[in-house]
Amino acid sequence: MAEGSVADVKAALAEVGYLADEPAALVSYLAQELGKPVLVEGPAGVGKTELAKALSRSTGRELVRLQCYEGLDEAKAMYEWNYRKQLLRIQAGGEAGWEDVQEDIFSSDFLLTRPLMQAIASPEPVVLLIDEIDKTDQEFEAMLLELLSDFQITIPELGQVAATTMPIVVLTSNDSRELTEALKRRCLYLWLDYPGLEREMEIVRLHVPELPEQLTRRLVEVIEMVRALDLKKPPSIAESIDWARTLLLMGAEDIDRETFNQSMSIIIKHRTDIDLVAERVGVKLADPLRAQG
Amino acid sequence: MPTPYGPKADAGPPGLAAKLLGFCEELRGEGVAIGTSEILDAFTALELVEWTSRDDFREALAATIAKSQDDRRVFELLFERYFFRAAEGEAVQREITERGEGGESGEGGERIDMDELRDQIRDAIAEGDEDRLRDLARLAIAAFGRGEGSGVVGVDVQRIRRTLGLTAGTQPPADDGQERPPIDRSQLTGFERHLRRELERDLIERTETLPPSRPLAELDRALPTSPTQDLAAVHRAVSQMKRRLATLGHEQRGHRKAAAVDVRRTMRASLETGGVPLRLKYKPKRPRRPEIYVLCDVSTSVTSASVFFLSVLHALHDSFRKLRSFVFIERISEVTDVFEHERDFAAVAQKISSEGGVADVSGYTDYGRVWMEFLTEISDELDPRSTVIVLGDARTNGREPHAEIFAQVAERAGRLFWLNPEPKLYWNYGDSVMAAYERYCDGTFECWTTRHLENFVNVVAGGVAVAE
Repeated sequence: MAEGSVADVKAALAEVGYLADEPAALVSYLAQELGKPVLVEGPAGVGKTELAKALSRSTGRELVRLQCYEGLDEAKAMYEWNYRKQLLRIQAGGEAGWEDVQEDIFSSDFLLTRPLMQAIASPEPVVLLIDEIDKTDQEFEAMLLELLSDFQITIPELGQVAATTMPIVVLTSNDSRELTEALKRRCLYLWLDYPGLEREMEIVRLHVPELPEQLTRRLVEVIEMVRALDLKKPPSIAESIDWARTLLLMGAEDIDRETFNQSMSIIIKHRTDIDLVAERVGVKLADPLRAQG
Repeated sequence: MPTPYGPKADAGPPGLAAKLLGFCEELRGEGVAIGTSEILDAFTALELVEWTSRDDFREALAATIAKSQDDRRVFELLFERYFFRAAEGEAVQREITERGEGGESGEGGERIDMDELRDQIRDAIAEGDEDRLRDLARLAIAAFGRGEGSGVVGVDVQRIRRTLGLTAGTQPPADDGQERPPIDRSQLTGFERHLRRELERDLIERTETLPPSRPLAELDRALPTSPTQDLAAVHRAVSQMKRRLATLGHEQRGHRKAAAVDVRRTMRASLETGGVPLRLKYKPKRPRRPEIYVLCDVSTSVTSASVFFLSVLHALHDSFRKLRSFVFIERISEVTDVFEHERDFAAVAQKISSEGGVADVSGYTDYGRVWMEFLTEISDELDPRSTVIVLGDARTNGREPHAEIFAQVAERAGRLFWLNPEPKLYWNYGDSVMAAYERYCDGTFECWTTRHLENFVNVVAGGVAVAE
């Protein structure tokens, strides 16, 4: 993607199948221009991870992904010394003096790179996705700070490894806990929410163009109705697309109560939610038998 | 004083930079943490976007300055107000007015056709054309004559809207028989916002002063004093607490004595000693998730607090897996299931009041009986790992407090906390028997603001109490 304006970024994202809204496009643009990481927050399933993937596709950069989880430490995220190889080197060394061996075993040959190191060391610019940062603990967040502000990693035995090319960094969070101020200060902030009716229609139509427009509108309306309920897990955008595909396969012509009950499991993934949705939304849909009679 | 050489000089430091700094300063005043580096980012970001687009300008500022949903909410409120005030203030200072002397009479001379105006507004609302709506709002104000208003902006807005005959809902068809789309409440509010803004602009121009700027209402800090008050305020407070609960567990990790050997790190450390694992490395221990029993008084004497307490319960259920909750008045009743199956707070509240079965006859709290029932029902499961939290005012209405039974509960449970919705000053006055229970508790807290609540949460999660 050529350097350009916000509109260019938006168009480039749309080209690879991601319809960004104004704030998302603007922040993506700023992230590239300012070389700052972006912190994307929002409910599950609004396309936070997808934004990073789309950025990688639209810029033609490789995507380096670090999936965060409880207990993730620097050995798995940044780098680790290949101790087996180091042991071998020590044992095979034989005559060489300790000084030489020590210098040797702490060189980059014995370093196992993990996603963060990989992103920094890559000769080509990459998109680095740090997914679900809120799942890790605060120590890990603190460790990221050096990377996020200076794009470098300090290895005590080797010194600093600085990025040769500026990666685009995207952090996503489901807002399950408050991130530290220090981390936030280094990032641009983007809040993604469920799209409005029109935009979600566009998204669904982009992915499932075969579904008739009338039916797509109906589908998005029902999805909105479902999201308005207080569910354990409201349907994500990906699930609306899945549902659209299902309806297409079923050859449905309208979303009536029967079709809805049959295919509801595509968008609702909790037993208690299913009861609630059937009770609140199912009854609002037309009864196929009565409609015929 | 106007000079012959042009508008008079500015009082404050000129330029956008100063205005932006002022804006950040005001945001800080509302509790948004903004660092210098963020302000620098904001300036860099603004160099990259077109200032002519209001949305881009605002989004670029927001992305660099407002770093959470809460901050963003404050940002939106202040952005509107600050830049509007800044622009108007500048205009007053430089004595720029929109119409010159006598310019008004020419425009106001011809009568504006009320029906025509109404139709145009309806069209503009339907199309969602904000700029046109703004122009029409000014036209409407002109039509009703400036200066004739009551002087209170809110009253004038409603007066103009009523005279125009604009209502939400289905609209009568246009003259040519064409159907009009219905106007919903939010669209109408949008137009009213324009009216309000233009009226304010007028007022500032007439009086040549800005109204004093007030800090935003501190919704987050105070608890509702009556159940009819905005539930959203409570929920916001509780959701903050929920996040804090989630964070607090994490802070504990790694600070405790560890047990299991971490093979990977042990091997790694063994390198320093030539591959001989001299020093063992341990896996950090998971924080303990407390088992919690919550007893919540829902009688009339704590009506105002029960709404709050119930939503606290609601939030606790989301954060702790092993939580059992009970409500009581004269008798006790377990409501864990209700919370687990019903996500909607209003439904929970309703279910509890209709099916709780906690009031027998009088509706007055009977603490003594509640302890007895609690003990027989649950005592086998209480163990030193469990925490019992009582939410109540300890007003027994003159009935026997049965503190000795309460002592048994306290003995079996690991920890027992009492949250009292009354200020400490009122404890033990009247029929309050707080003192009888207090000595068996591991901690008693007054709890009538979110700050008290946060303090309490810190203690439960194992942290240190923050100073008041």
